[in-house]
Amino acid sequence: MKQELKLTKFGKYGGQFVPEVLMPAIEELTEQYEKYKDDPVFNKELDYYLRDFAGRPSPLYLAKHLSKEYGVRIYLKREDLVHGGAHKLNNTLGQALLTRYMGKKRIIAETGAGQHGTACAMAGAAFGIKTEVYMGARDTVRQRMNVYRMELMGAKVIPVKSGSQTLKDAINEAMRDWAANVETTHYMIGSVVGPHPYPMMVRDFQSVIGKEVRTQIMEKEGRFPDSIVACTGGGSNAMGIFYPFIEDDVDLFAVEAGGSGMKVTEKEALHSATLCTGEEGILHGMHTKVLQNKYGQILESSSIAAGLDYAGVGPELAYLADIGRIEPRNSMDSEALDAFHDLCRLEGIIPALESSHALAYVKKAASSGELGDIVVINISGRGDKDLETVMGMKK
Amino acid sequence: MKISDKFNELKKKREGALIAYICAGDPTPEGTKEYVTALVRGGADIIELGLPFSDPTADGPTIQAGIERALNGGMTPDIYFKIVGSLKVHIPLVVMTYYNLIFKRGLEKFVKDCVSFGISGIIVPDLSAEESGELAGFCKQYNVDLIFLVAPTTTESRMKRILAEGTGFVYLVARMGVTGARKDIAASTRELVERVKTTTPKAVGFGISNGKQASEIIRTGADGVIVGSAFVDIIASGKDVPERLEALARELKEGIRAAGK
Repeated sequence: MKQELKLTKFGKYGGQFVPEVLMPAIEELTEQYEKYKDDPVFNKELDYYLRDFAGRPSPLYLAKHLSKEYGVRIYLKREDLVHGGAHKLNNTLGQALLTRYMGKKRIIAETGAGQHGTACAMAGAAFGIKTEVYMGARDTVRQRMNVYRMELMGAKVIPVKSGSQTLKDAINEAMRDWAANVETTHYMIGSVVGPHPYPMMVRDFQSVIGKEVRTQIMEKEGRFPDSIVACTGGGSNAMGIFYPFIEDDVDLFAVEAGGSGMKVTEKEALHSATLCTGEEGILHGMHTKVLQNKYGQILESSSIAAGLDYAGVGPELAYLADIGRIEPRNSMDSEALDAFHDLCRLEGIIPALESSHALAYVKKAASSGELGDIVVINISGRGDKDLETVMGMKK
Repeated sequence: MKISDKFNELKKKREGALIAYICAGDPTPEGTKEYVTALVRGGADIIELGLPFSDPTADGPTIQAGIERALNGGMTPDIYFKIVGSLKVHIPLVVMTYYNLIFKRGLEKFVKDCVSFGISGIIVPDLSAEESGELAGFCKQYNVDLIFLVAPTTTESRMKRILAEGTGFVYLVARMGVTGARKDIAASTRELVERVKTTTPKAVGFGISNGKQASEIIRTGADGVIVGSAFVDIIASGKDVPERLEALARELKEGIRAAGK
């Protein structure tokens, strides 16, 4: 089931739809990644940082009370305990190390809510590489604390004042920067999206999650789980936990943000459920599924969880959904909030609102039997960042 | 009119080409016809008419802003082709847009629409030569030019591939990056022009805004000059737009003529 590919693609998805100014950089990155990904020295060094800096392996925790409440045996993969409070660091450490091996002196990145930017700042500091993060000016105001966190760790945050002053403008600006500085700069993409090799490379760096689960669940249960459930925006935590199980008899559920409902207007979607409702298109350098109108204009997506709020999805997930290897599902804002409170109250763990979508789906589906007897949920991050949002909803 | 016919005609006059970009529908669909006419009156040889896409990652902030104005003004691909069909100009028209709009319309339908509404060439800044096979096939079938970009960073192996795929003219990106003002353009442009070995005409774009620069570019050996942001800036100002578009086109064309060929 490994991709039946024309090198850069997952079935018909993926590819390299980028301006010519960036193609040489993409080619160089592909070549360098191929060179180092199986290099023992590179991997030894990466393992060291994952263990001693990021705090891996993250635990696989049997959530007894939640299991009882939802009626299925639930293990939580605790990515919320990774340094920085989310799985994002797995990828940025890998890419920062690669930046050093490539001899580049500078890292740039885009960030929406600031999670990926923070993980970049951490990795940049850990490797002593200058890091600059583009962030929509509106987001810098909404996420002041993350801006401050990045700055504390030595990263420069550049507010983007063009367009809607949010994530997509930050992406545009980061791509322009990269085009102008390709010789010295590595562009760190935070999810399994973008042109090849990013979807593959980010998946590989995040696969540490699923590899650990394989060992951990064997120790605890003596067998693989019946199903694995992960929230999906771009899809990096989902691909990270799914990929090592892709050839095993384990059902994989990708839970997208159902927002406030599965409705769409000419300009916006009330959700971010790209795998569930999107159509084929080309966005941000890849052929994938996207939320778009009848002309192909990309819709504004929506979710209570900023990390799921994306109109595209990783091309490999689109492929796996088409061939029936993963099951796309969705949870609404309100369902995610419910599940968020369940986990806080029953287990003493505050999950990210993103991860709460995965929990919410298990709550809904457990009684139907489709998840089997043992389910692993990827708790991709902790929810401290979301407390203001949750408090606002309580009022 | 075919792009190659235009370049042949200019060659006989020993003149470089002025290729003028504006975004269709900026700020409303109604204005576009008048603006195109003004550019042609000023001396534009080819019009590159942008079809606005919601996520224009290959454009700088100026053009991105124009694209946003056009989309807010209600621009769609259907209206675009209607506008193009209503233009009474006798020079080649080129559509510049992002691949998703072509993909969504259907590659063959898009190319056929180009033919029926009088568009001679297609530029897709986010379509690499690697991914262009299918669209190139339809372009060949319907005799529409598919125009590719080359950059200073383009490697020799990619250059060969791009030059083999592209027709109409080659779009040379004069400098790295996608935005803003620029200082010395001549040296790096000359180097790039020399590296691009082809009989297809070479047009240089990105960041050219006055007659003097246009003149310099033609003296590097280029066959044409592409100007976009400077025109879009005029549209953004909203003041005396047709007059000033015409005046700038005239200044640029005079600069080009002064350089000879």
